[in-house]
Amino acid sequence: MRIDCDIHPGVSNTAALFPWLNDHWRELSVVRGIEDLASINYPDRSPLTVRSDWRVDKGRPGPDAATIGRQCLDPFGSDIGILNCLFGVQTLFADDLAYAYVRAVNDWLRAEFLDRDPRFRASIVISLENVEMAVDEIERCAADPRFVQILVLAGTAHPLGKRLYWPIYKAAVKHNLPIGIHAGSELRNPPTALGWPSYYLEDYVANAQGFQYQLTSLFTEGVFNRFPALKVVLLESGWTWLPPLLWRMAKYWAGLRFEIPWADRSPAEVVRDQVRFSLTPVDAPPDVDQLRRLFDHLGSDQLLLFSTDWPHAQFAGTDVFPPGVDPALQEAICAANPLATYPRLGGAR
Amino acid sequence: MARRIVAPVSEFAPGTRRRIDVDGRGIVVFNVKGEYFALLDKCPHNGGSLAQGVVTGLLQSTTPGDYSYTRQGEIIRCPWHGWEFDIKTGRSFCTGIHARARPYPVTVEPGSAVAEGPYRAETIPVRIEEDYVVVDA
Amino acid sequence: MSVERLPGIYDCDIHPAVRSMADLEPWLERRWIEHFRTYGAIRNQHYMSGAAYHKSQPNASRRDAWPPEGGPQGSSLEFMRTQHLDQNGIGFGILNPLVSSQGVRNLEHSAALCRAINHWQAEQWVAGEPRLHASIVVPYEDPETSADEIRHWAGDRRFVQVLLLSRTSMPPGNKRYWPIYAAAAEAGLPVGIHAFGNSGWPVTSSGWPSFYMDEMVGHAQTSQSGLVSLVIEGVFERWPELKLVLIESGFTWAPSLLWRLDREFDILRSEVPHLKLKPSDYIRRNVWWTSQPMDEPENKRMLGDIFAWLGWDRIMFSSDYPHWDFDDPTRVIMFPATDEQRRQFFVDNARGVYGTR
Repeated sequence: MRIDCDIHPGVSNTAALFPWLNDHWRELSVVRGIEDLASINYPDRSPLTVRSDWRVDKGRPGPDAATIGRQCLDPFGSDIGILNCLFGVQTLFADDLAYAYVRAVNDWLRAEFLDRDPRFRASIVISLENVEMAVDEIERCAADPRFVQILVLAGTAHPLGKRLYWPIYKAAVKHNLPIGIHAGSELRNPPTALGWPSYYLEDYVANAQGFQYQLTSLFTEGVFNRFPALKVVLLESGWTWLPPLLWRMAKYWAGLRFEIPWADRSPAEVVRDQVRFSLTPVDAPPDVDQLRRLFDHLGSDQLLLFSTDWPHAQFAGTDVFPPGVDPALQEAICAANPLATYPRLGGAR
Repeated sequence: MARRIVAPVSEFAPGTRRRIDVDGRGIVVFNVKGEYFALLDKCPHNGGSLAQGVVTGLLQSTTPGDYSYTRQGEIIRCPWHGWEFDIKTGRSFCTGIHARARPYPVTVEPGSAVAEGPYRAETIPVRIEEDYVVVDA
Repeated sequence: MSVERLPGIYDCDIHPAVRSMADLEPWLERRWIEHFRTYGAIRNQHYMSGAAYHKSQPNASRRDAWPPEGGPQGSSLEFMRTQHLDQNGIGFGILNPLVSSQGVRNLEHSAALCRAINHWQAEQWVAGEPRLHASIVVPYEDPETSADEIRHWAGDRRFVQVLLLSRTSMPPGNKRYWPIYAAAAEAGLPVGIHAFGNSGWPVTSSGWPSFYMDEMVGHAQTSQSGLVSLVIEGVFERWPELKLVLIESGFTWAPSLLWRLDREFDILRSEVPHLKLKPSDYIRRNVWWTSQPMDEPENKRMLGDIFAWLGWDRIMFSSDYPHWDFDDPTRVIMFPATDEQRRQFFVDNARGVYGTR
């Protein structure tokens, strides 16, 4: 069995969501010329955003179930695909405007994908601009078991561990929904702690540092202690940076325990218990021996979840796994690990 | 192991500490609310001198936002990297790190059993004036 | 495992301290003395003095490092000699002053303070102690003035590098800072970038975290962003001979960053036609790291893997004396290493970057 934990359906423009906006928001969008919410996180024509064999002439790749089924699920032999919609609704500053579009995206996912092909599951898109409204949206969508995760971005206004976000984690645990943190930024802060880089290449690389800051915050704030049943999945994050981060966190925790006396497990234990990573991009070492040794550094076979990151250009052909990954481990990554992470997939065997 | 005198009890007040050298090894003795405890003066982490650390209480928490601060005066923080050790047992308080400061058994002996004069345990005519603290090192 | 001390090792990160800002007055004009007394040295952060993320110990320093004669940790040359240089066999120590100056918002004031600190280092520290060497502290938010400051001291053998802090107001590879690299390259001086400073942005890309622990762990990520900027903006393409040292930034993160950078470069190459080499090629040619703070995996042999992957030729011992998270040279390589590797780490790499005694 194979479960693809990171697929990106394409909203071509705001008009694609109009069927799920009411008259007020639809007409306002037309009158004001709000045509598109795609953010700088993924410039449409960058070589990374769409692999050349998945390009389309008009619109964006993956606008419907048939296309993604044909181009992604079938070629990779996936039985289930989890959709993470990256249409930039998190960019909107006004709470109500943001939520008109957030709800429209979730309704679009349901109508265009979940209702059309039983292989699809989806993450509930939310905006962190208003935490109460985020919880309401989670409650609204959680009633549908085909929503299996809650989606936020790696670059947020405040570090994700901060208590203002905790009502979202409470709702997540209540409904057996992991929090999926996906590459990209709400751009409430620049892509780096040093301000705005000049090149998109830097912005994309900076996601890895962004995830590292977030994991640190979730640990220090005690999110994993307060919510021991919460699972957090880092999506399109890379994971080869993980062991050095855990070493550094453990080192400083030993001397700074008095700042965070609630931390009752080491960073490595917390990650093994409650944090997972989608496979792609691997950011692999050039050498198979190094990769094998890196798995020793990780210390757990349960961390990785299979993903293609379709349609982003992360690998050639269907070579999702780098050389050097044992077949048994590949199998666990493809099925057992995702099934253990997403309780709502439970009926999907 | 040898027994070494640290200081007279009367000069070794609660909340204070003394450090002695035994064959090149430092030992630090603490008076914790009237009871004496001694540790090897070498943090098991990187060898810092615990004698120069700060004594605090124990901060614990069951959940973020909850703070329980107890056992004031019973915890020593290494002056280098801030590792905390229970003065009484040597136990450290970070679950990711499995280190224990080496404790030394400490006894309080009445003045008549040891020699007079500061910090010596030799057999010399005894002057009983006050109790002494001695260490097995 | 007993570790033998190598005689005369290089320590690439020592922090001298002023007893008070009055120590700098011999090299400040009256105007700046008055200015400081009235307005202080205002930076991009909350306090007039001290740090927004309160340290875990006073002055972020070892509690056993207060000099017997008084003054803050690191302020006494005599005590630094006994407690550190003599005790730890330091043959070549590099001073990286973190005295309020760089990043001070009043750029003229920043420049005046930097000039004074450079004099202070040269005359109060290096002059009397041949084992110590100074870094040219520059007001980096004024790159042209920084270039002037570098040119002022160029050729003065008391100075072995140009010092920046990691949290600059724009990523350090940005063209606005290029006059600094030009002047350093012309002077044949390495550029050291030391963790800290106040960029004016939150200390993470997702805003302000709560704890000093977040800040300390986060320096690794922030320094990664700085390195990415230097590489991708083409600083090493423009100055192939420039040596860049990342100080107190960590280094175990470097192999995975290099893998990621090379991969992204491969895909997004068309965005950066000015780069003729791949990122890891630049980094392995132009960049070194200091070792402190050494990470502490439960299995220390994993550190050996990192050294092997990054290269034993790229990492140089540093103590960070007198800070609390400093590394003792006898306790820092606690995994199998050959004599040759230890010599590279403690002596040869730094000698190649900074020169001889």
